[in-house]
Amino acid sequence: MQHEARTWTFGDDISTDLLYPQTAYALPLAEAAKLVFSANRPGWSDLVEPGDIIVGGRNFGMGSSRAAVALLRRLGIGACLAESFSTLYLRNCVNYALPALAAPGVLGLVEEGDRIHVDFSTGAIENRSQGTRLMAPPLPPALLTIIEQGGVIASLEARGLIPAAPTGASAP
Amino acid sequence: MPMTATQQVLARAAQRESVAVGDIVVCDVDRAVLLDMQFNSTAVPWRQPNHVEHPQRLAVVLDHGAPAPSLRDAAGHRLAREFCAAFDVPHLFDIGRHGICHEVIAENGLARPGELLLCSDSHTCAAGAFNTAARGVGGIEMLQVTCTGKTWFVVAPSIEVELTGKLLPYCEGKDLFLALARARGSAENMNLEFTGEGIGSLSLHDRRTIATQCAEVHAEFVLFPADEVVLAYLADRGVHDVQPVESESGAEYAARWTLDLERVEPQVAVPGKIVGNVTDAATLAGTRLDQCFIGSCANGQLEDFALAARVLADRHVASGTRLIVTPASQGVYLEAVRAGYVSAIVEAGGIVTSSTCGACFGYHMGVVGDGEVCLTASTRNFQGRMGAASADVYLASTRTVAASAIAGTIVDPREVADAA
Repeated sequence: MQHEARTWTFGDDISTDLLYPQTAYALPLAEAAKLVFSANRPGWSDLVEPGDIIVGGRNFGMGSSRAAVALLRRLGIGACLAESFSTLYLRNCVNYALPALAAPGVLGLVEEGDRIHVDFSTGAIENRSQGTRLMAPPLPPALLTIIEQGGVIASLEARGLIPAAPTGASAP
Repeated sequence: MPMTATQQVLARAAQRESVAVGDIVVCDVDRAVLLDMQFNSTAVPWRQPNHVEHPQRLAVVLDHGAPAPSLRDAAGHRLAREFCAAFDVPHLFDIGRHGICHEVIAENGLARPGELLLCSDSHTCAAGAFNTAARGVGGIEMLQVTCTGKTWFVVAPSIEVELTGKLLPYCEGKDLFLALARARGSAENMNLEFTGEGIGSLSLHDRRTIATQCAEVHAEFVLFPADEVVLAYLADRGVHDVQPVESESGAEYAARWTLDLERVEPQVAVPGKIVGNVTDAATLAGTRLDQCFIGSCANGQLEDFALAARVLADRHVASGTRLIVTPASQGVYLEAVRAGYVSAIVEAGGIVTSSTCGACFGYHMGVVGDGEVCLTASTRNFQGRMGAASADVYLASTRTVAASAIAGTIVDPREVADAA
């Protein structure tokens, strides 16, 4: 699995309270997604283009289990890289089929706006804007498979374990 | 190869002889706990499964917005009830029998030694105080566990945390955790296994606060030993035949941390995060406070009520400061009423709410406003966590928060008699 796009960089300890503020809880998905990073980087969600890659620092996605990745997917984010992840957030990336890679040193490789190419199977990250390169530990094949199959919801649907549409009053 | 305690739980749940660091294992989940937020999400609307693999292993707890603060929450509660009825889920903790999931799990003997427990709340490592390998996962992963009974783990390295000595009388599990985070920093991608003679002197209350808070050093699983304190607590709840895990001789640890409890002083985490952000309470003296909060899965236990009531008795919350105290469960609430703790808090000018996760994550019952300053004995001090993005949230022990509520500013709890 590979992906190439431009980058947005963030520092260490980005929490899911910043990714998915509680003020977004009551909103439909499209409106909730607009509030991603509204506390620490107002206006960011208007600038995101489909495919864009987030590059974070250490412990990216720390804190609550909330469905921050669903909001990022809605914004069109194509991949998420970080110096390291909160594993709860990384599990959510895998389960929502957002390609993610923990890549120590990646913030040294990328300046915001650079285009990078990521091969999730090998861990190779290439900065196409600067002509530099970094090797990260690849995503384990078992996790890559979950992402390639479209994540947990698609898998449960395909196996007939959940219905194709939301239940009752929670339907949007 | 000898296994750590965490590895033994994962190996058993995966039906394997052994597991090693880096293995990816698929485990049968012994206990799965679903929350109201599973059923009320607008971002990821609930889909009632066509099949539930092990209904008897499920519990459903209405806790994050309880009682319903909005129509959306009320609709979610209804879907939760319908799900439980459809699949004969044996444990539904509905409004009135409810509490914050980790307290409810503990009070009902659902966290058992040597078992694997999952829940969609990130503080699920709280059950580690009972020698349960427990962690938070996302809502859709809980849906998967509900349908299939299984999920995967990458076996992480473990750190042994050896505790020695005894806490000073004015310090709590919260101070211990903050001191540990201050001294050792992040445990990202690591399990924490607590050992040492210092554990014996810690109350279950303190151990549960510590296990809960280990989410804030980004730990995976957190395990305390199942000593006689744990076994007696479980026996009181009718849980007897348990299979505790302890590290096998020669099991490999990635690191060994030690902490002398006698050296722990009252600690405060300043706004933003925990790791790299902890200081002595005394250094923040004079910081003016709009709101003080005591509650959450970390500090809404009966012992927290006892501590707060003792500090507040015959005193008054400072003018210009509000104190909100939230019990972790209806059970805690009832005992706190019977013991007179609630009246002591209310007589001092504090508010006691019903049980909810509410204020801790800025949802209801104590949302912090623009530019306000809050000192909290709850779980997190992240930007925007308790309400406005411009609010400052400091995090400390129950004693420190209660003493500071009287002063109207952050104080070292030793400044107030009875807090020490």
